[in-house]
Amino acid sequence: MATAAESLPLQTDTPLVIAGKRYQSRLLVGTGKYKDNEETRRAIEASGAEIITVAIRRTNIGQNPDEPNLLDVIPADQYTLLPNTAGCYTVEDAVRTCRLARELLDGHKLVKLEVLGDEKTLFPDVTATLDAAEILVKDGFDVMVYTNDDPLIAKRLEQIGCAAVMPLAAPIGSGLGIRNPYNILTIIENAEVPILVDAGVGTASDAAIAMELGCDGILMNTAIAAAKNPVLMASAMKKATEAGREAYLAGRMPKKRFASASSPLDGLFF
Amino acid sequence: MSMKITLNGEDRTVQPDASLGELLEMLDLKGKRIAVEVNLEIVPRSEYDNFKLTESDTIEIVNAIGGG
Repeated sequence: MATAAESLPLQTDTPLVIAGKRYQSRLLVGTGKYKDNEETRRAIEASGAEIITVAIRRTNIGQNPDEPNLLDVIPADQYTLLPNTAGCYTVEDAVRTCRLARELLDGHKLVKLEVLGDEKTLFPDVTATLDAAEILVKDGFDVMVYTNDDPLIAKRLEQIGCAAVMPLAAPIGSGLGIRNPYNILTIIENAEVPILVDAGVGTASDAAIAMELGCDGILMNTAIAAAKNPVLMASAMKKATEAGREAYLAGRMPKKRFASASSPLDGLFF
Repeated sequence: MSMKITLNGEDRTVQPDASLGELLEMLDLKGKRIAVEVNLEIVPRSEYDNFKLTESDTIEIVNAIGGG
């Protein structure tokens, strides 16, 4: 006779598929704000992430020729690099950055599009984002797009042809966690492309909550890099992402207004 | 005789008729993982040696660094 543990199979998850490529890890991480390349490497390793974001910036000319290169610690053949358009406030700058990134990485088409609208909040300029997404998709890029938590915009970005839509939890680097879970839920329910929460995650429970809502993945940078112990936080985030995903697949119990005893009333001896 | 160009926002002088490849060689960037734009047009890696620089060219050389 099967034991309780054997009677219900553990549902194994399907891989995360983005632009036709499969990934085991649903946690994506950035490489900014670390102390040095070694800390970056250790944190990424602890996170188990396979998709890693990088920024594209002017090369330091004539300064330190032996300056260690980030790509030496996160080689393009071991990770999937996700160049971003961080710091871009215009469609032109974002498109230029993606094209340079594609040249830099030998034709690599996967990019993270962000077109910012405001320096204080770093909220996306959604109309510019829509325009840039359209240009980039036409130019053959696989666009993972940072956006706000507006379900209408999220759906339009999907319809434009973005490979994944990434609504923010809260402002970039704020660590506030998901500010509007019901909007994220609506976006997920309406989507036919992967939805990844990107920006504003602060600690492990935030990652678990995102995954429990049904997100396909989660992207974070500051939550790990600005922790007192980034490598330990990376490990926590890995577990939280997995735990949240399992809880989602397991199908949580309903919330009830009143109590429902866990022990039977039969056999009371008082 | 030398040629004035702008490189990563700074003025520079190069030999007249210098190629992009020669400039990168001089900067110790040949073979490094970079991307180059001249006057807002990307120059593919395969074209570096053939690409002749012109007076007042604006060149951007970029690479990948840490970012979120």
